Amino acid sequence: MSSEVFAITSENLTKKFGDRVAVNQLSLSIRKGSIYGFLGPNGSGKTTTIRILCGLLAATSGNGTVLGFDVMTQSEEIKKRIGYMSQKFSLYEDLTVNENLNFYAGIYGIRGQQKEKRKKELLEMAGLIGREDQLAGSLSGGWKQRLALSCALLHEPEVLILDEPTAGVDPVSRRIFWDTIHQLAKQGITVLVTTHYMDEAQTCDWIGFIFFGNMLAQGTPESLIQEYGGENLEDVFIMLVEQEERRVSGADQKTSVSGEVGGNR
Amino acid sequence: MKRNRLDLFSMGRFLSIVKKEIIQFKRDKPSLAIALAMPIMMLMLFGYAISTDVENIKTTVWDQSRSADSRDVIASLEHTQLFEVVSYSLSEQEVEDQIDQGKADVALIIPPDFAHKRDNDEPVALQMLINGSDPNIARTATANAQLIIQHKALAVQEKILASKGMGELEQPMSLETRVLFNPDMDSNVFNIPGLIGLIMQNVTMILTAFSLVREKEKGTMEQLNVTPIKPVELFLGKITPYFFIGMFSFLVVLILGIYWFHVPVKGSMSLLVTLSGMFLITTLALGMFVSIISKTQLQAMQLAFAFILPSVLLSGFLFPRDTMPMVIQWIGAIVPLTYYLEILRGIFLKGVGVEALWQDIINLMIFFVLLLSIAVLRFRKKVE
Repeated sequence: MSSEVFAITSENLTKKFGDRVAVNQLSLSIRKGSIYGFLGPNGSGKTTTIRILCGLLAATSGNGTVLGFDVMTQSEEIKKRIGYMSQKFSLYEDLTVNENLNFYAGIYGIRGQQKEKRKKELLEMAGLIGREDQLAGSLSGGWKQRLALSCALLHEPEVLILDEPTAGVDPVSRRIFWDTIHQLAKQGITVLVTTHYMDEAQTCDWIGFIFFGNMLAQGTPESLIQEYGGENLEDVFIMLVEQEERRVSGADQKTSVSGEVGGNR
Repeated sequence: MKRNRLDLFSMGRFLSIVKKEIIQFKRDKPSLAIALAMPIMMLMLFGYAISTDVENIKTTVWDQSRSADSRDVIASLEHTQLFEVVSYSLSEQEVEDQIDQGKADVALIIPPDFAHKRDNDEPVALQMLINGSDPNIARTATANAQLIIQHKALAVQEKILASKGMGELEQPMSLETRVLFNPDMDSNVFNIPGLIGLIMQNVTMILTAFSLVREKEKGTMEQLNVTPIKPVELFLGKITPYFFIGMFSFLVVLILGIYWFHVPVKGSMSLLVTLSGMFLITTLALGMFVSIISKTQLQAMQLAFAFILPSVLLSGFLFPRDTMPMVIQWIGAIVPLTYYLEILRGIFLKGVGVEALWQDIINLMIFFVLLLSIAVLRFRKKVE
């Protein structure tokens, strides 16, 4: 596997929670410097896959690498080099913007001049200049997301993993956020992002459809639209989901790929 | 990054956690209240509430004799300050009413022929009715009334013997008691040191029990888990601020105990502070353990209380452990507070040092090492 070309790879990655298969034999490879859009309905296994790649969860079988490091055995090496944003705003609401940044700078071992320089860059990027002393909890949704992104970028990660970063964020903030992501990709950062918004997915370099833990289709947005003959990505998405639902209900349900998948746990 | 040395423990990451915890602690009013106000409130409340000293037992007297002799008996009961005559009853019914209504716990009944029989040196019996609902009061009343009347009887006997020209009555056997360590048998002297231990355990456990689980609930834990932070850095970073907060609370209640409740420390102050610090870390680790195994703050609270309540009863805080059944004693032996109470009372009351307390110190150390390792080992950077 060439870690020269691919930032993230996985082979037959499987995660079971008891009898339930959350991720089923998932294989993917993400080119360095590209934006990979991870699409799928709620509970399809997106978050689980991301958590395995970040080293937050142990896979049941299969393997994966991030920047050439094994997700099962070298997760601490991976953690030094990736930036991560979870679905939920997960910074300290009772700390100010500045205190949150200082805290994560300390955690990533960024000190002195470098820290001040990096903080300034990120505050500018996020448009948070002037809000340094505001409590993170009092920021609006869009600001919160950009602050979270800033904290995830403090240590200049090579890979950025974003789990539904724009859920519940207003359209303007969403646009600003995605502009930033494209900027980052141009700088050579690899981005893995999950989303429900098809307009966002459209701008990704590569797309993976996941449903009931299975990877249904992968490709560039254009090639997917062409292959499945829809008008746009949304058509492809719905087509794939319906197709899979028919297949699952048609097949005998010995394997417990149950449809009752609540939440993203 | 250019890091050549072994990356086992980073002071920078540890200090970042400490700093963050302090900022959060300062902004969290309930935590501040628990750490600073609760110890004082608990000490004041329990310091006054938990008094097993029995005094001024409410007594009603049905004096049917109404003689100098009967008044003499009543006076000697009252002299002890154990009995306080609150009413005089005039009938059996009235005596019963007084006890039933809780106006009196003890009734002294003096028969009509008391003076007459006394004059003729005939044996005469007094009756005492005691409300046994509170065994402590009942025991004290019985024992002391017995003693007082016996004393009186002996004096009478001596007088009779003297009148018959037999001279002084020589007692063939006597017991001289000397109460050590707490000569006035003031229950505060016994309770306050124990209370200091209990307060420290509760405050630190409640504070730390929430500290990790709160981050789990808010999702900040997940974010931390994808950083290069080491579990031991996070663990120590979290308990370090609480160690100082706990020590501060300890000193506050210690000073209040000494100067407000007048319970002196007879032993070495430095030994007391050192061992208290060790106990503090043990309970902090216990609180962290609760936080690690709980999924929600509610669970953490229930777990903490499930531990705190039995520890009050089993540690020997309220009741002596020696009189408990063996099985209960064993259960009490797995409560760190048990050993700390021995240490506290040993240093406070007896003024003893390491030579007398080494067993308790070793036991406390075992908990210290055990809990700290379990908590650190159980701590994983994974989501459940």
